[in-house]
Amino acid sequence: MNNILVFPMIVPILAAMLLLFFRSNRSIQRWGSVGAMAAVFLISMWILQQVMRRGILRLDFGEWLPPFGITFVADIFAVLLVTVSSLVTVLCLVYAAFVKDEKRESFFLYPFSLLLAAGVNGSFLTGDLFNLFVCFEVMLLASYALMTLGGEKKQLTEGIKYMLINILSSWLFLLGIAYLYGTLGTLNMAHLSLRIAEAGQPPLLTTISILFLVVFSLKAGLVLYFWLPGSYSALPAAISALFAALLTKVGVYALFRTFTLLFYHEPSFTHTIIGYMAAATMIGGSIGALAHRDVRKIASYNVVIAIGFILVGLASYNEAGIQGSIYYLIHDIVIKGLLFLLVGTIVHLTGKSRFDEESGLIANYPLFGWLFFIMILSLGGIPPFSGFAGKLFIGEGAIGAGHYGLTAVAFLSSLFVLYSLLRVFLIMFWGESTIMSKNQVPLPIGTLAPLLALGILTTVLGLGMDVLSPYISEAADVLMNPDLYIKGALQNN
Amino acid sequence: METMIILLVGVLVSTATYLLLSKNMIRIVLGTAILSHAIHLLLMTMGGLKQGSVPILGDQADTYTDALPQALILTAIVISFAVTAFFLVLVYRTYQTTGADNLYDLKGPHDE
Repeated sequence: MNNILVFPMIVPILAAMLLLFFRSNRSIQRWGSVGAMAAVFLISMWILQQVMRRGILRLDFGEWLPPFGITFVADIFAVLLVTVSSLVTVLCLVYAAFVKDEKRESFFLYPFSLLLAAGVNGSFLTGDLFNLFVCFEVMLLASYALMTLGGEKKQLTEGIKYMLINILSSWLFLLGIAYLYGTLGTLNMAHLSLRIAEAGQPPLLTTISILFLVVFSLKAGLVLYFWLPGSYSALPAAISALFAALLTKVGVYALFRTFTLLFYHEPSFTHTIIGYMAAATMIGGSIGALAHRDVRKIASYNVVIAIGFILVGLASYNEAGIQGSIYYLIHDIVIKGLLFLLVGTIVHLTGKSRFDEESGLIANYPLFGWLFFIMILSLGGIPPFSGFAGKLFIGEGAIGAGHYGLTAVAFLSSLFVLYSLLRVFLIMFWGESTIMSKNQVPLPIGTLAPLLALGILTTVLGLGMDVLSPYISEAADVLMNPDLYIKGALQNN
Repeated sequence: METMIILLVGVLVSTATYLLLSKNMIRIVLGTAILSHAIHLLLMTMGGLKQGSVPILGDQADTYTDALPQALILTAIVISFAVTAFFLVLVYRTYQTTGADNLYDLKGPHDE
């Protein structure tokens, strides 16, 4: 019955393989991939309801019982992320289908995007550390291909750096796995958690935990984000939106899993380090967001700031903080997708990426301009939109844990987020229109539709906090009480 | 035996680090390949070497070999093979497009 758990990973893979046979038929490529991800979204909604009703679900591959076989473990946290990321992937693919970048489409843009989604969903669902590594690699290989697809000079040079950094971090990941297997003799996450708890996390294990912290920080862009702005700003809109919405979030998810399920016995050491790293990330990201004039760079640095902000919740390590992080993680997947699609559309419409070279866009594209404004408000955490709940709870958690300095940095960074994008809005959208209406590049309703959908989604998520809150508190409950996860992941039923 | 292998891993990692720090892109690719060999050896060593037995734990067995590290290494080898292949192609394509085979030539003037 629990076989449904494998669907979020297997459906995109099968669809990607099928699409390989229809290279010349673009409309099958476009709508086939959208359909596959929409199916994944519906399936994960169903799984979400099941998990809510029946508790943590588990799938043992090949009937190998845990801790011996590979398992997929679906707790609310994982399934929530699968659901939201599938939905955002659908919208990014719809956008790509209307932009019709034929050069990239004929070189398997959609199959690679589907494989990326498969890796992301697999990483969220797996209950085995080595399987997490494999899913990371599935996701990364697809991302290498997407990164360099099109073969522009900038993409290639940034692609080499991106790939090298990720090869190194995967190497460190394997190193951590080797050490962990050498000391504890298991790789099932629930089983690892049990054994670490039995041993009481001696200094050796804490050292290994720092290795994992480095690995996942590289993936998530926590402090070690130097590779991120360059590579994300070299990509076309739909792909960069996929990257910004999904890739760093998988790193954040892995950080949450490792430091709430495995290495949670020495929070005064590990979680304090995470707190300092989060502060450094937010400060560095804010400086970057203010220093650049290229809108794509500004957007990329906003990704960095958000990563720091989410991890403030983990650093506080209490119920409110974790809840806030989950809210903010969901919000961030949606809003970063929207931000990158909007920024990509601006570059597509004007042909310019510096914000001081263009003005008065709102006269040409009124709906688009207001959408950009809503996105800024939501990103800054202004109440009716989805960013607010996360900010509120993270702030509450950080103050509850006594991290006053960190709270101050977190909320100052929100101001910088607001400022960096309002500046773009004021200069690019207001003022004298420089584009004559006859020279105006048309903005088809098809490309605008996914943007509109994401805009509505962020509003609905903000207004429908009450609907979401039982899921979030349940997810935070499982994260704060590793016993619940262990029971679901190891007990035979 | 384990100590010897660990020393070998160290030698491989230092070689790979030397190669990774060079400017030439082919050397960097080779560096990543050697790096992955080092980690495969380490994974194998972590499972314990030479137990002199089959990987089956039966009722009468007094010793057995841990089969899991082999499975892990096999997976890791396949992945690193794919990644190295892709990286080589990427480096070659970059060379074709930009005419640069070392990282310093790729740096170029930045727009900001």
